[in-house]
Amino acid sequence: MSQQAVNGVPCRGKVLTVENMNPNVKRVEYAVRGPIVQRAVQIEKELREGVKKPFTEVIKANIGDAQAMGQRPITFFRQVLALCSYPELLEDNKFPEDAKQRARRILDACGGHSIGAYSASQGIECIRQDVACYIERRDGGIPSNPDNIYLSTGASDAIVTILKLLVCGEGRDRTGVMISIPQYPLYSAALADLAAVQINYYLDEDNCWSLNVAELKRALNEAKQHCKPRVLCIINPGNPTGQVQSRQCIEDVIRFAKEEHLFLMADEVYQDNVYAEGCKFHSFKKVLFEMGPEYSSTVEMASFHSTSKCYMGECGFRGGYMEVINMDPEVKAQLTKLVSVRLCPPVPGQALLDLVVNPPQPDEPSYTSFMKERTAVLAALAEKARLTEEIFNTVPGITCNPVQGAMYTFPRITLPPKAIDKAKAEGKVPDMFYCMKLLEEEGICLVPGSGFGQKDGTFHFRFASLVMLILQKYSHSLNFSPFCLITTNFSAFHGFFFLFFCFTS
Amino acid sequence: MERQWRGKFPVNRRKPAVELGSGVRKSYREVIDVSWGDPHRAGVKPLSFVRQVLAACLYSELMDGDKLMVDVKQRAQRLLGTCAGGSVGSYCATAGIPQTLQSVSQYIMRRDGGVPCHPENIYISPGSQWALTNILKVLVNSEASPRTGVLIPVPCHSTTIISLTTLGAVAVPYYLREERGWALEMEELQRALDSAKGVCNPVALYMINPGNPAGYVQSRKSIQEVIRFAAEKKLFLLADEVFQDCVYGKESEFVSYKRALAEIGAPLSDSVELASFHTASKGLMGECGLRTGYVELVNLDPAVMKHINNLFSTNSCPILGQIALDVMVNPPQPGDPSYPLYLKVRHFYLPASLAQNVRRVEEVINSFPDFSCQPLEGGAFAFPRLFLPPKAIERAKEAGLQPDTFYCLRLLEEAGVLFSPGTEYGQKEGTYHIRFCIMTPSDTMEEILRRLSAFHEQFMKEFS
Repeated sequence: MSQQAVNGVPCRGKVLTVENMNPNVKRVEYAVRGPIVQRAVQIEKELREGVKKPFTEVIKANIGDAQAMGQRPITFFRQVLALCSYPELLEDNKFPEDAKQRARRILDACGGHSIGAYSASQGIECIRQDVACYIERRDGGIPSNPDNIYLSTGASDAIVTILKLLVCGEGRDRTGVMISIPQYPLYSAALADLAAVQINYYLDEDNCWSLNVAELKRALNEAKQHCKPRVLCIINPGNPTGQVQSRQCIEDVIRFAKEEHLFLMADEVYQDNVYAEGCKFHSFKKVLFEMGPEYSSTVEMASFHSTSKCYMGECGFRGGYMEVINMDPEVKAQLTKLVSVRLCPPVPGQALLDLVVNPPQPDEPSYTSFMKERTAVLAALAEKARLTEEIFNTVPGITCNPVQGAMYTFPRITLPPKAIDKAKAEGKVPDMFYCMKLLEEEGICLVPGSGFGQKDGTFHFRFASLVMLILQKYSHSLNFSPFCLITTNFSAFHGFFFLFFCFTS
Repeated sequence: MERQWRGKFPVNRRKPAVELGSGVRKSYREVIDVSWGDPHRAGVKPLSFVRQVLAACLYSELMDGDKLMVDVKQRAQRLLGTCAGGSVGSYCATAGIPQTLQSVSQYIMRRDGGVPCHPENIYISPGSQWALTNILKVLVNSEASPRTGVLIPVPCHSTTIISLTTLGAVAVPYYLREERGWALEMEELQRALDSAKGVCNPVALYMINPGNPAGYVQSRKSIQEVIRFAAEKKLFLLADEVFQDCVYGKESEFVSYKRALAEIGAPLSDSVELASFHTASKGLMGECGLRTGYVELVNLDPAVMKHINNLFSTNSCPILGQIALDVMVNPPQPGDPSYPLYLKVRHFYLPASLAQNVRRVEEVINSFPDFSCQPLEGGAFAFPRLFLPPKAIERAKEAGLQPDTFYCLRLLEEAGVLFSPGTEYGQKEGTYHIRFCIMTPSDTMEEILRRLSAFHEQFMKEFS
């Protein structure tokens, strides 16, 4: 951040300094938008100002933002939202009847028939009812109570809210929260902010990032010595790793949570993004209930979903929800009070969520085009995931696990010892050093694996496979396939990097 | 607490409120809910221009027809160009869409008569309270002993109080002087600060200007006194200025804390640390449901700003709200096709309607001997004082309720009007108030006042 005349007087005399500010906030980092992205934004600025670089555009493969990469929004959703924003359009016969019907229903549920009115803090009631119905249909009829549904400002908001509720205690009694390594860094940021104890359990890279209970046990037992483990977080399909948990694995995790008396947080925002042959999304709730009342009436759980991923890709709406299962009623009352501080989630995001859980039905006019668009988007995402995995596996020194779901690859890179030394000498984490060089020389922005967590001594980066959507655009104009483009740029960089650090003294 | 009050009465406009067993036959057909600071809920229509721009941004096929005016299309095109991938469905940069930040900083400069404003010091967030919570998070050290204290006004809107206490801070109240139009008195600030000794470590001073729930607008002189006080006592200033576009008192003028600080000059203008909050929810646009607000940070330590940036990076502001914010700070100009309608509604109809409501509210409330209202100068609410007879207070206590809560419950049940009780906001011991939103269509306000008057007379008679 540049210093300005109005700001930037040095430390002396300040009321709020780095020394006296909340120490927890100092530990908050969020790699997805961290220093490498800040440098990428700076480089983009320099390019606009005409600074000459070896590339003309920064390829931002750091974030799972489908529409930024050119994915089209679903027409039906945008029609309904336009109608909700400017209801005079309800008179316009350009809009199909099913879109109008949904818009009217949503507006009827809004204060003053306007999406500009606050809603109840928990979310508009009829939308929560629709979400509950969606969950019931998804889970083969297992009941869902709208009172257990809390709409939120993206899934992130709900995740942080639940963690706030769960973190307590002092010293050795401080709440411990189990999270996978690698993990989506919202979790580590929230845990730092709340001064909770982060308990890392390692996913098995050699086995397609699978989760095994023995590792959960190891992590838990070690943690018990210095904190009070109360929460187990699992991201399925995984981010950054993309693994889709098997049904057996989910059962094992539930069993483990029950035995060890842990609150389960199931982050399921990528539930429609499942690509690999033989992989299927199983919701934690469905599995829980199919395990019988011994589990379904006792295990406490929150599962999270959002409008940002899947086939919608509507990140900018900040729509999401959580469903809480078996939560103590007194705690639930506290939860209701906590969410009131946000006043309410954005109403357009709530409206969008309503459409996601209540899409056009076979007998409705918009059904055919809706299904066509949805299928095309999911197919394109699957193709990009496959392509990305293929590409990275052709580059020597880089290995990539199969991408079973979500929107990223998390390849492993072998770095020459001299590169590691150079990085350390510069005070940088080795994979950050690599990624910074890649950014400066090729204009490709990735997030280093250190931002997500990884086994000591290993290095990775996260590459949003969505980016292949944007490269498709280059490939038409340059007669290159995206395969060639990335392979060329990336291979060239990677090869040179190796050469340089093997042969310099 | 306010939220708890609202949670008790999920108001469905089509059905009368929950029966409280008073056995009175309902004299109304639908409940009027003015317990929120929410003009749309109260029946005010959204501004056409902003909604047309939103619709065009959402569904760009609309740009092809002739339903929308040229300036709407141009604005939508320009704003879509500022979104990643040309879509309102993408994420934006941590602090907000860069061009929107630029627009907001220019707005602030115009507002403050040219005092420089730099976009790097602004963070757009899902509502101003979200930004306030983030700044409080940085200030409040929950592990410290003594605990962090924040001075807050009485009365104060309850969301801030809940945020503070959730973060583990101590709220240190300073009482505004009702009889002097809710004036902020320096002796009272000093008293409040002294009361914190041995209890907590006060680090910040939170002000609401224009007020909520009380409808005052702080004078320039008062603001500068507060700034000097904060500088002297080493307090971080938190200026909640979300009603800055809602000033109607004849003698009143909104002066931002930032402007007043700049006018004081060096060294204070270069050193006093200030966070100032604004929103798209209030003012005459009233787009509360879009959840968009911002904070401008002044004179903060750059090292602290880096950490603030990290805090804001984990959840971004909805894009649609930023589009509305851009329209708010860059409305249609003379010569634009949409300007005539915009001018008519935003600068004539709505202010006239509001002025009428203010006049009528003051007139009606002050006509009762046991009801009084300080002059309404700004903000979205009236916060009149009730002088309740001892019998009513007694009956309330028997029911386990605060007297003003009891009044509001009976008002809801018997007159079908939902206000909120002063208890929710804090008030001097032994005084009772009610709060209601005055940003309603004029005929709705007439109906509210008619019902309130009839109820009030009846109530006072019953408990005399």
